Amino acid sequence: MKEGCIKVHAPLSAEVARSLACGQRVCLSGTILIARDAAHRRMAEELSRGESLPFDPVGAVLFYGGPAPTPPGHAIGPIGPTTSARMDPYTPVLLRLGIRGMIGKGKRSPEVVAAMREAGAVYFGATGGAAALLARSVKAVVTLAYEDLGTDAVCLLEVVDFPLVVAVDARGNDLYEQGRAKYINGPDQTAKEL
Amino acid sequence: MIHTNQVRNLVEVLFRRAAVELPDDVESALLKAGDAEKAEMGRAILGELVQNERIARREGIPICQDCGLAVLFMEVGQEVCFEGPGLMSAIDEGVRRAYVRGFLRKMSVQDPLYERKNTGDNTPAIVHLTTVPGAGLKLIAAPKGMGSENASSLSMLRPGDGEEGVVRSVLQTVDRLGANACPPLVVGVGIGANFERAPLLAKRALLRPLGSRNPDLRYADLELRLLRQINDLGIGPAGYGGTVTALDVHVEFAPTHLAGMPVAVNLCCHACRHAEGRI
Repeated sequence: MKEGCIKVHAPLSAEVARSLACGQRVCLSGTILIARDAAHRRMAEELSRGESLPFDPVGAVLFYGGPAPTPPGHAIGPIGPTTSARMDPYTPVLLRLGIRGMIGKGKRSPEVVAAMREAGAVYFGATGGAAALLARSVKAVVTLAYEDLGTDAVCLLEVVDFPLVVAVDARGNDLYEQGRAKYINGPDQTAKEL
Repeated sequence: MIHTNQVRNLVEVLFRRAAVELPDDVESALLKAGDAEKAEMGRAILGELVQNERIARREGIPICQDCGLAVLFMEVGQEVCFEGPGLMSAIDEGVRRAYVRGFLRKMSVQDPLYERKNTGDNTPAIVHLTTVPGAGLKLIAAPKGMGSENASSLSMLRPGDGEEGVVRSVLQTVDRLGANACPPLVVGVGIGANFERAPLLAKRALLRPLGSRNPDLRYADLELRLLRQINDLGIGPAGYGGTVTALDVHVEFAPTHLAGMPVAVNLCCHACRHAEGRI
């Protein structure tokens, strides 16, 4: 996956985020933030109380992932993406605050894609179930906020050449739709109801 | 006489093995898929998956960070007598040791609705116990992640819905959320029995070696038809588009009520993890 990949730095600049296109392979280096369900719920609660996020959101890249415990001799345990759709309800408000990248697996809601277009943000797919491989690109992990959430705390992750695919670009092009459209064969079974 | 400490020790060994070593038939299916896949991106993803699986095996680390709920199939010979601590607590102790000592991620939360506090040791195990003739004991550890469980389904079809109804139910399940379930998938289908047994048939179907067919030729043909039609959906590896959406489809069936035809579809990600052992 390293061949033919575009080197991208995180946090993301507005120009780079808008330049990436659906279906491109990306090697991401820099600092990203781990946040999953409980952290998203906490962020939403704090924002609704008028408080601010525990990090600078502008250009930030959120990774919906979690590591297994670190085995002896490793920097981090196997780490991979979780299903992004669970974060969809919390995402548009974060995009409006400046989040420019998200890393996860699976489709996003139309609301998220619309908010991405407005914000000029990118959604990257990491390969689900490739956690042993992905962990090799992680150099360091530090807890940043919400420590009381334990394994669901927000963490800073230092990554080098983290292998990703542009799954939805800032114009709203969606690889889950467009990639599939090329290979669907025969009548679309999907429209029929049981 | 089997001491429950033997069961505990075997449970630990099997869950640690299942998390780290993908069964050989699944690895060969991924390699074959790499040859068959027409999409370049799909081939690259399949290459990553094989590479990942080999790193996990070599370094003794989990294939996936979702180390799954601890599902255990247990076949007990009816002549077996157990001695020692309670069987179910011995199984849970084996799970606890596997997940703590094996550096596996603990996925289980105590209360599903309110606190959702992690149990800290991945207990309790979900145990499916059957009795068989003889004096032996067979265990299959089948840890299961939630990405693919969340995409699974149960439909209470009418008898008249027939094969077309079954096919539609399976295709709709894969179509709706298959991309989120880490394809290429292994698809387990359980037809018949009742509301609680059909999903168990579907789950058991995931344990069959990939490439094996149902001994009933009609169901074997149905498996091949479903595999072809699932792959025609175009979802592909990681959902990025491609010709390999499923590695295989296994159908299991059981007698049912004259007024119904339950159909359960249990999706499994490409990491179709299970490990078997005997006492």
